[in-house]
Amino acid sequence: MVSSTNNRKLKKFTKYRDVMAEINRKGAAIYREKEHGDQLVINFPYSVNYIHSYANDSKFFLGLADGKLFGSRCAKCDYVFATPRSHCMFCGEQTSWKLLPKKGKVHSWTTCEFGSEAFLRETPYNLALIEFAGVNSLFMTRLKDCSLDDIYVGMPVEARFARKPEYLVRDVWFVPSGSAGRK
Amino acid sequence: MEINRSERAGMRKGKRFGRQVYLVSGGVTKFKKAHPEMDFRYMVKKAYDYAMSDVPSLEKKDIDGSRISYFSDHFTRQLKAASMVQDYLGLNPRGSMRIEWGGATGGESFQSGFEAVASGRMDICLVAGFETMSRVQTWKGNEFIALASDTNYDYPNGGFYSGYYALMVTRHIYEYLRNGKFAHIRDEREAQRLAFREAARLLSMVSVKNHTNALHNPYAQYPRKLTIGDVMSSEMISYPLTREMICTMSDGAAVAILASEEEAFRLTDKPVLVSGVGCGTDTMRLADRPFGEVPLMKHEKKEYYKGLSYPGAHSFRAGRAASIEAYESAGVENPMKEIDFIELHDAYASSEIQTYEDMGLCRYGEGYDFIESGKPFLAGMDYGMRTPEAGKMPVNPSGGLIACGHPVGATGLMQAVFALWQLQGTIGKHFGDATLQIRNARRGAIHSHAGTGSAVTVSILEAVR
Repeated sequence: MVSSTNNRKLKKFTKYRDVMAEINRKGAAIYREKEHGDQLVINFPYSVNYIHSYANDSKFFLGLADGKLFGSRCAKCDYVFATPRSHCMFCGEQTSWKLLPKKGKVHSWTTCEFGSEAFLRETPYNLALIEFAGVNSLFMTRLKDCSLDDIYVGMPVEARFARKPEYLVRDVWFVPSGSAGRK
Repeated sequence: MEINRSERAGMRKGKRFGRQVYLVSGGVTKFKKAHPEMDFRYMVKKAYDYAMSDVPSLEKKDIDGSRISYFSDHFTRQLKAASMVQDYLGLNPRGSMRIEWGGATGGESFQSGFEAVASGRMDICLVAGFETMSRVQTWKGNEFIALASDTNYDYPNGGFYSGYYALMVTRHIYEYLRNGKFAHIRDEREAQRLAFREAARLLSMVSVKNHTNALHNPYAQYPRKLTIGDVMSSEMISYPLTREMICTMSDGAAVAILASEEEAFRLTDKPVLVSGVGCGTDTMRLADRPFGEVPLMKHEKKEYYKGLSYPGAHSFRAGRAASIEAYESAGVENPMKEIDFIELHDAYASSEIQTYEDMGLCRYGEGYDFIESGKPFLAGMDYGMRTPEAGKMPVNPSGGLIACGHPVGATGLMQAVFALWQLQGTIGKHFGDATLQIRNARRGAIHSHAGTGSAVTVSILEAVR
């Protein structure tokens, strides 16, 4: 039989912030709300691993592990996508893979001082959209080896690749041209 | 009777959507960091009860069905939560659909409800939206939102929507301030530094405006008297966007009730006509946006945009497409002359400035001058700064997302409700304070926007009495 004293063990708080801290420790707590009375709040975890096929994008990610940056090209529209698309967004024709130059320029950029939980430990980090000569669209990436005061629109940059691939888009990043680069 | 009203409000228009549709009532919960005392169903019920009480002759049995919206199943941790709202309100077995399109979820559901009535499928449609973002910590919430970017190519780089919007405004500043006001400066890096500094000041004006307006809105989560200095010196989130230039996460719900002409005039003396709707979209990835030509509005000329590559990463083509469709269907030729106020999606101060241009309030490139002129400020309000042309086109008189909060699925409907009250002249009644009431407001626009402009809705609302 459940003991009637069970609920007495729950700590009660008038500040919701304190409730959140308590449920991290103990799994449950009471929030004393002025109008509506006691509210029971619990920790409610959820995690999942997905089986993710890169499918028609696979060659791009395999390319990164080989130190190659693939975009795609629509022959009919003569349009090169820096971020590959298997079918052209204008005419719908199937595109072909196209090796991109490893050098480009910063089209736009930012420095993130805050972020999603997954990347909080990496702050501050720079994001940039890269433009390439002869390529019609852009590529989003991290910009490393430089900080807010160094970066500008038009800055020449070049690609670096992870030695040990994670098979994620961050296997490639860019650094200012001529920079030693992070391994 | 039907024909007379249609002639006045509808038939002159270039585009028809079936029957005339009216907004007759609405309700909003106060947006808060957390509502631990109400679950999502209870929140919607609260907004619903308020909306129903404002049209006492409406009975639940008269509602033909609903459209229910929320953005993220990750936040609810309850799939099919819209179905549970329908259930809780006791609307079974009537028809319903869940509408979701990221940040534009509220605006999309409003237009879906509009379509249900315009098509004749329903005479009265309840549109409800909510979000419960307090259920995770802010950084986890940022992660959920970032999962609404391409998870192959964007998210693993450091997925963060404030970062994505910063990428856009950086380019916007380059296009229009560096190559505008600072075009004469030869040294590239110095010119960009000056342009960014100037932009920070102008972006801060948007934040001051919206936070100040919200001081008179009891539904707002974050009313505050701020100075430009406060905004500029608040914590840097993603350069050049500071904390006070970005909306917060919220719990909240909003409800709008749409009705056919016959039902609308039976239910209320002050129905508001939905005279135009528009919706546009763009690529999910910022990197894929093309470099083409600006789709023109009736009052614009091709030569305005000579040499401009559009939209690139600097402008919201979806917002332009949505505005054009909405203006055409409402018969608006020049929004500055024919619209009295706008509630637009200012999740970021930068997007408000970009949206002035998308909506044709000024030309592309003039958004910074537009805020500086004071035009989007309310007349007669003290903002602690010079606003010489205040009142020309009040934008976000309610305080917008920056100051009201942004419970995603509710936000676009909140705008509809605040616009309804403006056009009815009932702001004083609903806010308990008439300061924000725009005098003689006859036509307003609401604008709802999804991630980096991947979808935008614009709806035009008009007072008919």
